[in-house]
Amino acid sequence: MSFVWTIAEQHDGKLRDVSFELLARGRKLADKLGTKLASVLIGDKVGEQAMEELIRRGADEVYSIQDPRLANFVCESYARVLTRVIKTYQPSIILAAATSSGRTLMPYLAIKVTAGLTADCTELDIEEGTGNLLQTRPAIGGNIMATIKTPDHRPQMATVRPKSSRPLPADASRSGKIIAVPVTDDMIDGRATVVGYRKDATDFVNVEEADIVVAGGKGLKKGDNFTMIRTLADSFGGVVGASREAVDRGWIGYPHQIGLSGKTISPKLYIGVGISGSIQHLAGIKTSEIIVSVNSDPDASLHKVADFGIVGDAFQVVPEIQRRMDRRNGGAK
Amino acid sequence: MKIIVPIKQVPETSNVKMDPETGTVIRAGVETVVNPLDLYALETALRLKEQHGGTVTALSMGPPQAVKALKEAVAMGCDDAVLVSDRKFGGSDTWATSYTLAQAVKKIGDYDLIIAGERATDGDTAQVGPGIASWLDIPVATYVARIETVKDKHIVLERLVEDGYQILSLPLPCLMTVVKEIAAPRLPTLGGKIRARELTIPVFSTENMELEPAALGLKGSPTKVVKIDTPKVTRGGKVVRAGDDEAVVSAVDELMSFLEAKGIV
Ligand SMILES: Cc1cc2nc3c(=O)[nH]c(=O)nc-3n(C[C@H](O)[C@H](O)[C@H](O)COP(=O)(O)OP(=O)(O)OC[C@H]3O[C@@H](n4cnc5c(N)ncnc54)[C@H](O)[C@@H]3O)c2cc1C
Ligand SMILES: Nc1ncnc2c1ncn2[C@@H]1O[C@H](COP(=O)(O)O)[C@@H](O)[C@H]1O
Repeated sequence: MSFVWTIAEQHDGKLRDVSFELLARGRKLADKLGTKLASVLIGDKVGEQAMEELIRRGADEVYSIQDPRLANFVCESYARVLTRVIKTYQPSIILAAATSSGRTLMPYLAIKVTAGLTADCTELDIEEGTGNLLQTRPAIGGNIMATIKTPDHRPQMATVRPKSSRPLPADASRSGKIIAVPVTDDMIDGRATVVGYRKDATDFVNVEEADIVVAGGKGLKKGDNFTMIRTLADSFGGVVGASREAVDRGWIGYPHQIGLSGKTISPKLYIGVGISGSIQHLAGIKTSEIIVSVNSDPDASLHKVADFGIVGDAFQVVPEIQRRMDRRNGGAK
Repeated sequence: MKIIVPIKQVPETSNVKMDPETGTVIRAGVETVVNPLDLYALETALRLKEQHGGTVTALSMGPPQAVKALKEAVAMGCDDAVLVSDRKFGGSDTWATSYTLAQAVKKIGDYDLIIAGERATDGDTAQVGPGIASWLDIPVATYVARIETVKDKHIVLERLVEDGYQILSLPLPCLMTVVKEIAAPRLPTLGGKIRARELTIPVFSTENMELEPAALGLKGSPTKVVKIDTPKVTRGGKVVRAGDDEAVVSAVDELMSFLEAKGIV
């Protein structure tokens, strides 16, 4: 049986949302192929509950591979584990998230199992007749969409951009099988070791996995004015992004940078404030569902790609939006 | 410490075109530069060399013109450079590219560290770095934002991940890819430019490399581009003017109804 697999992602034993987004993708492909969908969960002490959740979200089977030495993502060990299970079960398609770990693991693994790999897909489909996986990804800064297939190699592997698909609702009536795969010493590569983890107490965001991103640029004039952006992002339940100009001026940290030399995002809503919309910035936001632009220059490029643009002064427009949001969120916060 | 930095020559981001027939980038007539994200890799390598001694070798696979990128790397301070070039390498995907580059690394030999860019601005896959590490079967650390220490044949570094920094210790030799946060790239120096002009850059090809012919170029690439679409650039969106206070209020009114209709608020 040639299954469709997704690689579930967990952190500290908790599943990340991308795991469910992948299952939504995989479900569609497995149904088209008339095959089963399995999710591979690598970690340590991830509870039964998490695996049941994967089943409710679309998996027919869950391969549970757990060991203290697999608690944190280490590319070489995860690749060894997967190489083993791929050889045993021979899946036809493997999807992983285009995250810091997925983007590391998959290219390492693709070499080990002699498979083709397409990065950062935003659309996946099955080709009529051949059953090949059609993998569509933005390329050249989002200026083109390339569709790629891997006709002669199995498994067919792809990373999928976070937030480019919506998880299926949890369906409690679904049932599936949980298969515990024993971990043997030869599956562990002890060379690289995780020695710690640093999380700046202040201000660390994951712009790639946010539903809503409010981004500020040079038009904000100074770093202090990012407070306004932060407050607005908060009231939308979103996070703060930035143009490179804003980051290079030290107004905000690099993890917030969006674009060619920063993060690529596909949120439901992106609001760019005082951002001109350079080709390099656009490269990071083109696959957003809704683009809103606030810029005093009517000719700003961001207005041209926006679904909704407001030609106006950020210092007037943003506080006005804020007032509306505060009202909606139940008075002043 | 012997460091190898794979760098890619890419078209200037603002004017790239694709061949709709072959799905490959049209390189003719377009200004090329060193992949901007590889400059951070070069800078990281040069700083490590300044602290720990050793050499930095720039390595590029591409057409003969890619020598230009290598000379730029030498002008920045690299000790030497290698061009990997052969008609038979044309059309390589990331699998075949990382194979060919890994074989080139083996031929250079005796390295401690490989530092690649996070991704190339044209291919934009971020797959070649980890791919090279996999072919060489050495550990890999991606998205490196800071190097803590290099001692006792180990490197301790911080990787920028989704919700913080993962601190990793890797034995040498290993491969890392770096993000912009790690260091601001230096400019080429006059002395460097002179050295670059005079330096003869060796060319590795199918003539002098150990290669599996079936793993090369378009034929050796598992992935095939089947279609190229140009998505529409504009979304036919609405732009409203908010020139005075009143217009601001009505523009925001309209924005809020728009977001409401889209189910956002
Ligand atoms: C290799 C390379 C990689 C790059 N990578 C990235 C990247 O990853 N991300 C990125 O963002 N950029 C990147 N850039 C930089 C990019 O080219 C632009 O310089 C940058 O995006 C511009 O940032 P900005 O829009 O904030 O600033 P500007 O282009 O200066 O735009 C500021 C805008 O603010 C508007 N404005 C001014 N005052 C107000 C006001 N009161 N109210 C409202 N609007 C106002 C102005 O009209 C203007 O449009 C890269 C460049 C290169 C060469
Ligand atoms: N043709 C090439 N020659 C040398 N290095 C390359 C080449 N292609 C990619 N690389 C390296 O691999 C990194 C990632 O590239 P990519 O996987 O194409 O996004 C780049 O930043 C370079 O360091």
